[in-house]
Order: sequence, then structure tokens, then C-alpha cells
Amino acid sequence: MTTLTTPTGVRLAKVFTGRQRYVPVLATATVLVLMWIGASLYFPAFGDLQVLLNVFKDNAFLLVLAVGMTFVILSGGIDLSVGSVLALSTMLCAWLVETHGWSPGVVIPLVMVIGALGGSGMGAIIHYFEVPPFIATLAGMFLARGLCYVISTDAISITHPFFTDTANTMVPLGDYRIDPSVVLSLIVVAIAFVTLHYTRFGRNVYAIGGSEQSALLMGLPVAATKVAVYAVSGLCAASAGVLYAFYTSAGYSNTGIGMELDAIAAVVIGGTLLTGGSGFVLGTVLGVLVFGVIQTITNFADLLSWWTRIVVGALLLLFIVLQRVIGARKT
Amino acid sequence: MTGVVRSRLFWPVLVLVLLLIGNLFFKPDFFAVRIVDGHVYGSLVDIVRFGAPLALVALGMTLVIATGGIDLSVGSVVSIAGAVACLHISRQTDQNALSGVLVAVAMALGVSLLFGAWNGVMVSRIGVQPIIATLILMVAGRGIAQLIMDGQIITINSSPYKWIGAGWLFTLPASVLIAAVVIGVTALIMRRSALGLLLESVGGNAEASRLVGIRSRSLVLLVYAVSGLCAGLAGLMISSNVSSADGNNAGLWIELDAILAVVIGGTALTGGRFSIGGTVIGALVIQTLTTTIYTTGVPPETTLVFKAAVVTVVCLLQSPAFREKVFRRRRGPRSTPPTSASEPTNVRVPA
Repeated sequence: MTTLTTPTGVRLAKVFTGRQRYVPVLATATVLVLMWIGASLYFPAFGDLQVLLNVFKDNAFLLVLAVGMTFVILSGGIDLSVGSVLALSTMLCAWLVETHGWSPGVVIPLVMVIGALGGSGMGAIIHYFEVPPFIATLAGMFLARGLCYVISTDAISITHPFFTDTANTMVPLGDYRIDPSVVLSLIVVAIAFVTLHYTRFGRNVYAIGGSEQSALLMGLPVAATKVAVYAVSGLCAASAGVLYAFYTSAGYSNTGIGMELDAIAAVVIGGTLLTGGSGFVLGTVLGVLVFGVIQTITNFADLLSWWTRIVVGALLLLFIVLQRVIGARKT
Repeated sequence: MTGVVRSRLFWPVLVLVLLLIGNLFFKPDFFAVRIVDGHVYGSLVDIVRFGAPLALVALGMTLVIATGGIDLSVGSVVSIAGAVACLHISRQTDQNALSGVLVAVAMALGVSLLFGAWNGVMVSRIGVQPIIATLILMVAGRGIAQLIMDGQIITINSSPYKWIGAGWLFTLPASVLIAAVVIGVTALIMRRSALGLLLESVGGNAEASRLVGIRSRSLVLLVYAVSGLCAGLAGLMISSNVSSADGNNAGLWIELDAILAVVIGGTALTGGRFSIGGTVIGALVIQTLTTTIYTTGVPPETTLVFKAAVVTVVCLLQSPAFREKVFRRRRGPRSTPPTSASEPTNVRVPA
């Protein structure tokens, strides 16, 4: 009581009113900066800009996955199939290009169409038959992973010049260099940003995530938007698979196990509410960076890689509790 | 007759029987059971033996789903339980000592119970959605298992521990007996006391249940703890069967199989109703499906495609929206407004 009546309390309350939705993103940015400074002080080589660029390079596919996941979570759903769809796209690229000698110019668009169609299929089942998103995408996850195993249980290495050349190309950036996949993933982010914040479709996604019932009563195209959201996620997962094929130059049916969880973690750490309706795609970029920095620190500290998973789990926990605290204050 | 058809267990049992009979085409002695050295052997025995851990995990999952939740962390708890037990046994000077094995089992079950309770606290006290709360342990849990084992696969050589997953008692596999006892006791507690009803009430509407005086939060905590415990026991069976603990692969995707078993068994994912008998049959259906794929000579890699098809079909059939949109249209003008969708054959509308 007393704190609320003091001038500072009022002023603070005023600052936060209407800006609460920025709190999780700011928290993520703070965590990221603190981790970065801490690691740079501990490992002098860490401060090099090239390390940051490598973080982007090693997580370009995760960034694309997480962008698709942001759409789904904003609309109030969840997509558990993205890791398997990524693996399937990588497998298809390797299999069609290497074993069947198809041209990458045909294969890559084909893979992306398959991803988008698969996503819309799941979206249609979720919307029209009222199957919970969790279960429908779980079935999609099984299906995509199963198809990977049907194609081949062995790794297929990609030797096609288009893939190897792209993997070895570097875009110079002053004294530094970045991968084409980084540029592509940032283009995806930019498109997603414009779509979510400056188009009718984007506003519909937020509206449905806020309250599907209200969106329906307002006359928004709920069915089309929900199906489109899963199509976007499938398309992103397939594109991430193509990037992954560039990254590893191989198709292997076990790739991306658990990657859907990494993507969800990146979205949540990036400040998007799991209940839908609130969040930013740029927050997701921060979330992926947090993930990548933890990974890089684990490498630098010569710790074994499972520490990444444990720290990501702890951070996920922290941010979900933060969301609950902020959410509780709102009501 | 209609009573039998309308029983909730009718469809799962029918699927199971059809799957079993289907196996006869590929393996004529499929139903043969023989006794060698006082142990029963046969394809049917293999199905229940390998299905025992899945049935246990699915049992815990049933209770969690009954309250309207979901537990994704069971696979990680399976690997953690195996890791804890195998680590303790591997440090004993005499790995065959019964006391050391008992301590290891108690430690593993204790840890599993703790992780389950942790999920329960997250869901019931902090109010995190069950998918996400258990997702955290699913992500971090395998890391914890690796941490316990220092990234190695621990191999042990302990005959009392081996008994849990691969031993025999009264000519039957020990794992099946353990699972049967746990499932039987749980079913008794659930259906002979009011506990099952209370769980269904919480699953129906947690807030309303709390208002009428049901301690819904404690009940939710309880079911996640039980789910953790069941997963731990399954983890002991799996690691005991192969005498080693593998943090990466033990229990991989068992959460999906368990959810599938629960759904096939007729428990709706929305919560509020559950059937333990249905879940056990669901687990047997999945194990039979896996076995069938092996016996038919279809490449085992396609198992996942089959499971995906089964999940999709079962979920669609369970979805009221799907049934209404597809089946009502097919019945066409014969049906009255959908007051009794489940007994259309008795309805005769005058022309």
C-alpha cells in the first residue's frame, strides 16, 4: 500500500504500464549481454566479432525453425514436427540430388512445397477436426521421421557442386566473413518481421492467439489464418532443412532429434508468451543467440555438450516463471 | 450385443485381436507357447515382456492425462533412473550383492519420484502449462542423465539387477509380474476408492473441483509424482534388460508411445475420463504393432510411419468434430438430429 502511494512507485508503475510486453525481451537482452561480457572477460578470444558471426552460422537453421515456431506459438498453437520435417527435407535433398541425380534447382523448391503442404495438412486437421495441435503435430513428427528412415537409415553425403560450393562460399563483410546461410536466415527474419507487424495476416495471427473466439466474432478469417500459420511453420522447417543440408553436406535420418524443443525454447526465451497473442520475432532472434552463446561457451570452456541442454532447460524455466509473474500482475 | 460393441474397451480389444490374428499369416506358430527349463517362451510372451515397461509408463501417463495434463519427461526419467541405478551398482565391489542392488533400486525410484514431483509443483503451484513444464525436464533430463554417467554408457554385471528386466518367477517373466502388480494395485486404488473419481473431476474442471472442496492441486502433484515413479520403474526394467545405462537412447520416444497407448485405450486427451484397462490394451497394441512389423519382414524403419498413421486415425476417430463432419453426412437423411450419435442403427425415421 505505502509503496504504491509514494511518487517513485507511481512513476515506476507509469513507466511499466502498457510496456509490460517488452519486459521479457529486455530480460533476454540483458541475459545475453551479461553472458557475452562474462564470457569475453573469461575467454579473451570470445570478444572477437567473428565468434558472434560463427554463432549465427552454426544456428542459421535453428533461427529459421524458430521463426516458423514463433508464428505458431503467437497463434496459440505448438508445432512439434519441425525437427523431423527438417531431417526429412535434408534427407530428400541428399537422396534426390545424389541418388537420383535431380537438379538442386528442382529439388529445393520441391522440398519447400512439401514442407508447406505438410504444414497446411496438419493445420487443417487441427482446425477443422479440432484435434489438439500437440497431437496432430506429434503425428506429423512420427510421419516425417518415419519417412526419413524409409528413405535411408545410412547417411547420404552430398557431393553435388551446387551444395559444396554454396557451403564453401563466404560473403566478405569488412575484415570478417559470413556464410550465405546466415544472410538467407536473416532475410527470413526480415520477411517474418514485416509479415507479423505490418500485414493483415500478421495482425490476424496475434488476434487469434489473443482470443480465437473474439477473432471469430470479429469476422477474421480464423480457419485460413490457422492453416496458414502451420503452413508457414512447415515451410520454415523445410527451408531450415535445406540450410542444414548446406551446413553438413549430408543427409542423415537421425538429424534434428529434439530440435523442436530447441526452437520452442528459443521462442519462449525470446519473450513470446506460450499462451499466444504476445511476442516479437526479433525476440526469437535474441532467444536463438542466447542458445548459440551458451553453446559457444560450452565449447570454449571445454565442457561436454550436454551442459548446453541443462542450461537451456534452466533458462527456459526462468523465463516461463517470469512470464507467469508478469501475466499474474496483468490480471 | 450392442452393450459389448458400445463398451469403451471394444475397439481397442478388436484392434489387438485383429493384429494378433494378422500375425498368423506371417508366422503360423505365432500363438504357440512352450515351456523350456520352467520358463515360458513364445511370441505372445515376448509381446507382454517387451511391452511391460511401456505399459508402466503409459499407466502413469493415463493418470496425468486424466487430470487434463501431459507428461513429456517420462523418457528422460527412464534414462535418469537407469543411470542412477547402474552408477550405484557399478561402484559396488560385489555387483551381485542383493543389498547393493536394493539400495540402487531405491535410489533410482527416489530420484524418479522427485523429478515427477518437480513436474507436479511446476504445474500445480506455479501454474505452468503441462506441455511446457514437462518439456523442460525432457530437454534437460537427458543432459542430467549424461552428467550422472559422465557421458559414458555404464555396463554392469549384476544378476539380482538383471532379474528385474530379464528374470523369471513362477515360470513367468519377472518384468511382466512387476508391471501387473503395479497396474493391478493402481487400478484397485483408483476404482475401489474415490480417488479415480476425484481425478476425473479435476480433469473435468480443476477450478470447480477446488471450489467443491477437492484438493485439486495436491491431486495434480500426486499424479505427476506417480508418473515419475512409473517411468523410473520402467527405466530400471529397460536398463536391467540390457545390463547397461545409455543416457541418449534409453527410453527414447517412449513418451510418444505412451501417449499413443493412452489414446488408443480410449482415454481422451482433454482429461476427465480415464481407463487403465484401455491403456494396458493400448500398450499391448503398440507392442504388437512393433512386433508385427518385425515378423512381416517389413523394414523396421517403417515402424514410425505405421505409428503415425495409427495416431492420426485414432485421433481423428476420437475427435467429435471429425465424426460429426464425416459420419453424419454419410448417414445422410436417415439420421435424426445428433442427439444420440452412438446408436444410429436403432433410429428409424418415418418416411
